[in-house]
Amino acid sequence: MPKVKLPRKSTNIDMTAMCDVAFLLLTFFMLTTKFKPDEPVVVDTPSSISEIKLPETDIITITIDKEGAVFFGIDGQFTREKLIQKMAERYTLAFSPEEIKSFSVLSSIGLPVANLKEFLNMNSEQRAKVKQTGVPCDSLKNELGDWILFARQSNPKFRIAVKGDRDAKFPVVKEVIATLQEKKVNKFNFITSMETAPQ
Amino acid sequence: MAEINTEGGGGKKKGKKRAKKMSTRIDFTPMVDLGFLLITFFMLTTTLSKPNTMEINMPVKDKDADSTMVKESTAMTLILSENDRIFYYFGITDPKVEVTNFSKDGIRKILLEKNAPQIEKINALKIKMDHKDITEETYRKESMKIKADPNALMVLIKSDDKSKYKNLIDILDEMQITNIAKYAIVDITDVELDMIKNL
Repeated sequence: MPKVKLPRKSTNIDMTAMCDVAFLLLTFFMLTTKFKPDEPVVVDTPSSISEIKLPETDIITITIDKEGAVFFGIDGQFTREKLIQKMAERYTLAFSPEEIKSFSVLSSIGLPVANLKEFLNMNSEQRAKVKQTGVPCDSLKNELGDWILFARQSNPKFRIAVKGDRDAKFPVVKEVIATLQEKKVNKFNFITSMETAPQ
Repeated sequence: MAEINTEGGGGKKKGKKRAKKMSTRIDFTPMVDLGFLLITFFMLTTTLSKPNTMEINMPVKDKDADSTMVKESTAMTLILSENDRIFYYFGITDPKVEVTNFSKDGIRKILLEKNAPQIEKINALKIKMDHKDITEETYRKESMKIKADPNALMVLIKSDDKSKYKNLIDILDEMQITNIAKYAIVDITDVELDMIKNL
């Protein structure tokens, strides 16, 4: 009886196809990814059953942290450049082109305008150490109002989203809302996290 | 693989020194590893979920125009206070302040009871829509009409200085859950502060 000879197969697999798939996926993720913007504070938003999604562009974010510091953030590098120039005019401050440049890459700020120059000249490590006290928004010195006013002048399509920490005190929220109303912003959004609706 | 090894045997010395033909095959395994490593990195850093938002329309503050009058029979005032307590009373004159909380049997039960006629109508509409008797658009229109009924509950949301931002969001959420469309965030008065002081 003749023996059936099994042909010996090599254990080497052709990795080319797998490599193709891996890099295809990699390209996909690289193109679709949007990095989390570095925020100066961590904010734990309250949850709601609302299912409206926040639009991605033309958003002004007003962040309120646990201690009640208010942060102002706006998207668009070009918008930020213009905005800082307008603020400099309003408060008669002078920013050098480097400072304007470094402001335009910041996602949000929480400092009075007067302290901004010093902050912009720091490197990122020093900045991380600075405790930002928040943009003043009380009735005496309402810088937040000016930020909003100038931002909306440059692009009236901006929508305003308030992102508050669940433990933020109500008076601060009230001040922010009052500032918005003063600037004729009567329609705005609260950023919340998901919660399932009860039956 | 097809080449014939002529250098076999003993003719090592006299054979020409030929450059050894290298295989053009490369092992792709490390490259695949690298690919997947990068994929993992991008997958983890990417923000997939957009934040949810809650939209709110504040009444336009106009000094000349008369403020909207609230019918006494439909008015309900909620006062948010510290430790997640809610004080509430009906009507405007001669208020009887009671206290409740954010639990399921707390404020929601009260609001559901008070707004029952509207909720019943909306539920009836919803069933109609589920049976495809009416289109989604008519449902939306009709439910808007029901919610805007002049006899529907009108909720005034006030808050003292000790409440948290979370409370505000929670109460706005309750408005959505209980289908109340007529509500407003109003400043608290001294009279009301006095009323809740000893409770």
